[in-house]
Amino acid sequence: MHAFWRSLARNRLAIAGGVVVVCLVAAALLAPALAPWDPHRPSIKQALAAPSAAHPLGTDQLGRDVLSRMLYGARVSLAVGFVSVGIATIVGLILGSLAGYHGGTVDAVVMRFVDLMLVFPSFFLLLAVLAFLRPSIWTIMAVIGLTSWMRVARLVRAEFLTLKEREFVIWSHAIGASTLRIIWRHILPNAIAPVLVAMTLGIPAAILTESGLSFLGLGVQPPHASWGNILNEGKDAIEIAWWLSFYPGLAILVTVLSYNLLGEGIRDALDPRLRQRGR
Amino acid sequence: MAVLLCAAVVAGCSNDLDGAEVPGGGAPAKRAYGDTLIEALLADVSGLIPNILSDSPSYEVGGLIYNGLVGFDRDLNLVGELAESWSFSTDCLDLTFTLRPNATWHDGRPFTADDVLFTYETMVHPKTPTSNRESFKVIERVDVVGPRTVHIRYSKPYAKALQSWGLSVLPRHVLEPYVRDGKLREAPQNWKDPVGTGPYRFAERRAGEKIVLVANRAYFAGPPYISRVVYRIIPSQPTIFLELKAKGVDAGRLNALQYARQTNYPAFEKAYRKYRHAGGGYTYLGFNLKDPRFADRRVRQAIAHAIDKRELIDGVLFGLGRDATGPYKPGTWAHNPNVKTYPHDLARARALLSEAGWKEKNAEGLLVKDGKPFTFELMTNQGNEERRKVAEIVQASLRDLGIGVEIRIIEWASFIKEYVKKRRFEAIVLGWGIGPDPDQYEIWHSSKTGPDDLNHISYANPEVDDRLEKGRSACVPAERVKHYHRLQEILAEDQPVVFLYFGDALPVVSSRVHGIVPGPNGIRYNFPEWYVPAALHRYTSG
Amino acid sequence: MLLYALRRLLLAVPLLIGITFISFLVIHLAPGDPTEFQQADPSTESSAQARQLLRELYELDKPLHVQYWNWLTRIVRLDFGRSFAPDARPVIDKIGEALQITLILNLIELLIIVSFAVPIGVLSATRQYSLFDKVTTVFVFVGFATPDFWLALLLMMLFGVQLGWLPISQLHSANWEYLSFWKRYLDLASHLVLPVVVATFGGLAGLSRYMRQSMLEVVRQDYIQVARAKGLAENVVVHKHALRNALLPIVTILALSLPGLIGGSVIVEQIFAIPGMGRLMVQAVFARDYPVIMGNLVIVATLTLAANLIADIVYGLVDPRIRLAGRRRT
Repeated sequence: MHAFWRSLARNRLAIAGGVVVVCLVAAALLAPALAPWDPHRPSIKQALAAPSAAHPLGTDQLGRDVLSRMLYGARVSLAVGFVSVGIATIVGLILGSLAGYHGGTVDAVVMRFVDLMLVFPSFFLLLAVLAFLRPSIWTIMAVIGLTSWMRVARLVRAEFLTLKEREFVIWSHAIGASTLRIIWRHILPNAIAPVLVAMTLGIPAAILTESGLSFLGLGVQPPHASWGNILNEGKDAIEIAWWLSFYPGLAILVTVLSYNLLGEGIRDALDPRLRQRGR
Repeated sequence: MAVLLCAAVVAGCSNDLDGAEVPGGGAPAKRAYGDTLIEALLADVSGLIPNILSDSPSYEVGGLIYNGLVGFDRDLNLVGELAESWSFSTDCLDLTFTLRPNATWHDGRPFTADDVLFTYETMVHPKTPTSNRESFKVIERVDVVGPRTVHIRYSKPYAKALQSWGLSVLPRHVLEPYVRDGKLREAPQNWKDPVGTGPYRFAERRAGEKIVLVANRAYFAGPPYISRVVYRIIPSQPTIFLELKAKGVDAGRLNALQYARQTNYPAFEKAYRKYRHAGGGYTYLGFNLKDPRFADRRVRQAIAHAIDKRELIDGVLFGLGRDATGPYKPGTWAHNPNVKTYPHDLARARALLSEAGWKEKNAEGLLVKDGKPFTFELMTNQGNEERRKVAEIVQASLRDLGIGVEIRIIEWASFIKEYVKKRRFEAIVLGWGIGPDPDQYEIWHSSKTGPDDLNHISYANPEVDDRLEKGRSACVPAERVKHYHRLQEILAEDQPVVFLYFGDALPVVSSRVHGIVPGPNGIRYNFPEWYVPAALHRYTSG
Repeated sequence: MLLYALRRLLLAVPLLIGITFISFLVIHLAPGDPTEFQQADPSTESSAQARQLLRELYELDKPLHVQYWNWLTRIVRLDFGRSFAPDARPVIDKIGEALQITLILNLIELLIIVSFAVPIGVLSATRQYSLFDKVTTVFVFVGFATPDFWLALLLMMLFGVQLGWLPISQLHSANWEYLSFWKRYLDLASHLVLPVVVATFGGLAGLSRYMRQSMLEVVRQDYIQVARAKGLAENVVVHKHALRNALLPIVTILALSLPGLIGGSVIVEQIFAIPGMGRLMVQAVFARDYPVIMGNLVIVATLTLAANLIADIVYGLVDPRIRLAGRRRT
C-alpha cells in the first residue's frame, strides 16, 4: 500500500489531475459563499446578457447569473458523476468478478442478467421507478448507477476469465490461499485497468444523463441547476448566447480530463511491474 | 375540433388566427404559375386522412389536399368551399347545402352529394376512431336530395352546425370498404396517394423526410399558382432556422427568441417576410379546486395579483404575446374586453391572502395557517420550455408573497394519465388551444369533471353551466355573444385558473412569395392564391 | 466448443422469451396509455368512445398474459403487427425504413472510428506520456465531452450557412428524384458528412482509450519485456507480439457493440433531421406504441444474444486457456 502512494505521489500529472478534482469539489461545496448572485431568482431584464464584470459567465434566458448556477450545478453534477459511476463500478466489479471467477452456472446467470439489462427499455423502468419514488439527487444517482454497470461487469468478467488461468493465480491456489484473498490481492489489481477507463468515460456520461432524466421528471427539478440542464437550456439560444452551452461543456471536459489523469496515475501505481521499475 | 389539448410542441398548437402585423409589403407584381415552395414541418404528418387525426401537421397538409363544404376566410367568416351556398331553417334544425357543380376528385371522378353523405357515415360509424364525432351525433339524418343538394336535419339547435362541415369531405368510391370494416387507419390512402378535391394533389412521400404535393390543375376554384409544395420534416427548431438562413427552406415558423433576437438583420429581412398574429392558444396556471386552499377564491385572486404578466410575456416570449383576461382571444367576436383584470399588485395580494386567513409567516418567510405553511407543487409537462419558464417565474413571484412552490416536470403521457386525469396535482401550468368557435362546454361545465373529461380543475359554477348550455344551443349569433361575454365576466371574477397569455404565431415566408394577405385567420387560408412572380422563380418544375 | 455453442443457442430461446415477457409486462404496466396520446380531444362521449374502440382494436382490454401470448404467437411467425400510431403501418415497414438509414450511418461511423481510434490508442500507448499521447488524450476527451448538438449546430453554421459547402440537414436534397444515378450518391454522401463527423468525434474516446489501455497492459507483460531484452527491434515487438494480443479485448468490445449498430442517436438524428431508429423509438416510446417498441426489442435482444455468443466463442478460440464451459478445477 505504501508503495502505491509513493508511486502516485511521484506522478506529477496525476497530482495535477487530483488537485483540479479537489478544487472542483471545493467550489461546489463552497457554492453559497462563492456565488455572486442568487442562482434561482429570475431577472427578466438581464436575460441573455453577455459575460461582463457583473456576470463573468453571462446570464441565462431568465436573466440568472450563469456563474452562480454553474457553482450550484457543480454540486449536483459532480455528485451524480462520481457517485453514480461509483455505484456502477461496485456493482459491475462484484457481478463481473463473480461471473468470471466462478464460471459455469454463476457466469451464465450473471451474464444473462446483463443481457436483460442491456436489452431492457430503460425508459419504462425509469417510469416505473418514478411511480414509487419522488425525484431527489439520491434517486438520480441510484437510477443512473444501477442502469449503467453492465459494461464494467463485462470488462471485469473478461479480465477474470484470462487472469484466473495465469500462473500466479494457479500458484496461489496451490499454496492454499483463500478465494477472497486471491481475488483481492492477485486478480483484481490486474483487472482494474479497463475498469478505470470505463469509469473515466462514465463520468461525463452520467453528468449528461442526469439532464436527460429531467425529461421524465427524475432529474433535478427547476429552478435548481445542474451542468447538464444549463447546457440543455442553452440549446435554443446557441447562436446568440454561446456562453450558455460553452461553460458547462468546458466544466464537464475539465472534470473528465483531470479525473482521467488521476485515473492513469492510480493505474500505474497499482501495477506492480511498473512500481518495481519506478518510473 | 373546437378545443385541443395542447401537447409539447408550441408550434403544434397554433391555429393561425386573428389580427396580424405585416412587416413591409411587396409591391403588386404580375401573378404567375410555377415555382416550388419548400416548407419546414416540425413533425411528420401522422396520416393523410385528417378526419381521424388530431395533429397540426396533418391538418396543414390535409388542408391542401381536401376541402370542407365550408371554410374560414381571412376574417374568420365561414365561406363556401365545396358548398356553393347553404340555408338554415328558421328553427335552426334544417341545413341545406347546394354543392359546386364542377368539383372533381383527384382521380377524375366527379364529386357529388353522396360523398357528403359518406363523410357523415364515416364520422358516425362506430368503428371510426375519430375524436370528432360529437358534432355529427347531434344530426338526426342526412338526405341526398339531388346530386348537388344535401339536406341535414339536426335533432336540436346546434350552434356549431355549419362550422362542423369544415371537415375534409372524403371520397366514397375510394374509402368505403375501409370504413365499413372499421379499418380506415389502415387504408393505403392514409399513408400514400390520398384522394381529395383540394388545390393540391399528393405526389410523393419519404417517411420522416418529406411530402411533396403538386398543383391540381383541375381545381374547381382555378389551379393554384405555386406548382409544387415540398414539406421537409425537420424536428429541430434551430435546424429549421439554419435552413432558412441557407435558403434550404422557404417557409416555416420561428420561435419567439428567433423572431425577437436573431432575425433583425438586413439580409434576413430582405430574404424573408416575418408575420406575427395571435396564436391559437393560451397558457394558464390552473389550480386543483378540490384543494381547500385553492377553493377559496381570494387565494386565487391573490395569486393572480402576484404574477406580473408583462414580465412573464417578456421573459418567456420576448414580448411576443398578448395578455389573457379570459379564454377567448382578443379581437375575436366572442372576446369581452371589459372584464375584471388583475394588475401586478403585491399589497393587494397580501390583503386578499390575509382575508383568507393566511396572515402569519414562519421562520422561512412562508405564510402559515392552522400551523401549516403555504407550499404547493406546480406541475407541467416536459418538452415545453415555455411552460418551464412560466413555472420558474411564477415560483419566484409567489415566493415574494410567502408562498413556497416546488416545480415538477413530467413526461407528457404519464403527466396526463397519472396526474391530471387522476387529479393528483395541486397546481399545473398548461395550455388550451382554441378554435374559432367559442363553445367551451367541455372545459368549464361542472358535468365534465370525470377522469376522462377536460374540466381537470373541477370547476363548478351554476351560472357558468347555464351560459355554456345556452351558448352552444343558441340559434342566433347575437345571443351567443351575450352568453359568452357574461361567461368571461364570471371567469375573470372567479379566476378558476389564472389566465396568463396568448402566445403569438410567428410564421415566416420567403419574400419572393406574393399574395399573402395576413388577417385574423393568419396567413395560410388563401394558400392557393400565393404566387411567385415569374422573374423571381427559384425552382423549375412541372 | 461446438457443444458449448449449441447449448448456448438452445438456451437462447427460453432466454428470449423471458426477456420479452418481462419487458412486455413492464412496458404495459408503466404509466401512460397508447390511446391517450392520440385522443387529445374535447368531447367526452366521443373521445371516451374512441378510446374504448382503440382499446379493443389494440386488444388492450384483454388480460396481460393473453396479450403477451397473442403477441408471441404472432412474432414466431415473424408478424410484428401494426403500429399503434394513426398511420397504422406494419411495424416491420417502419423499423425497416429507419433501420436502413441507421445501419448505413452507423457502419460508416464504426469504420471511421476503428480506423482512427486503433492507431491513436496504439501509438499513445507505445509512446505513453509523450506529446502525441497528451494531445490525442485531450483531443478524444474534447470530442467525448462536447455536446453533440453544440458541435452539430456549429458545423452547420460554418459549412452549411457561412461557406455553403455542405447541406445542413436530412439525407437527400429536395430535388433528389431529378438527379442522375451517380449524382444521387454524391448527394447522399454530402449529406452524410456532418452527421458522421459529429458522431465519430464523440465516439473516438471510447475505443481509443480501451485500445490504449489494452496496449499498455500487453506492453508490460513479461514476454514483451523479454522480447525487448532479446534486442528485437521495437517495431517488430510492437507489431508482431503486442498488437495482436492487445487487439483481442478490442475485438470483444466491438463484437459486443454489434447490437448498438441498430440504435440511433436521438440528438444527432433530430438535429440533422434524419429519420433513423433513434427518432422512431423516441416517438414510439412517447406515444406508448407498444408494437414498435416490442419489435425493436426483439431485434435488439436477438442481436445482443448473438453478439455475446460470438464474443465468447472468439474469446475461447483465441485464448484456449479460457474454459467457458466452466468445469471447476479440483
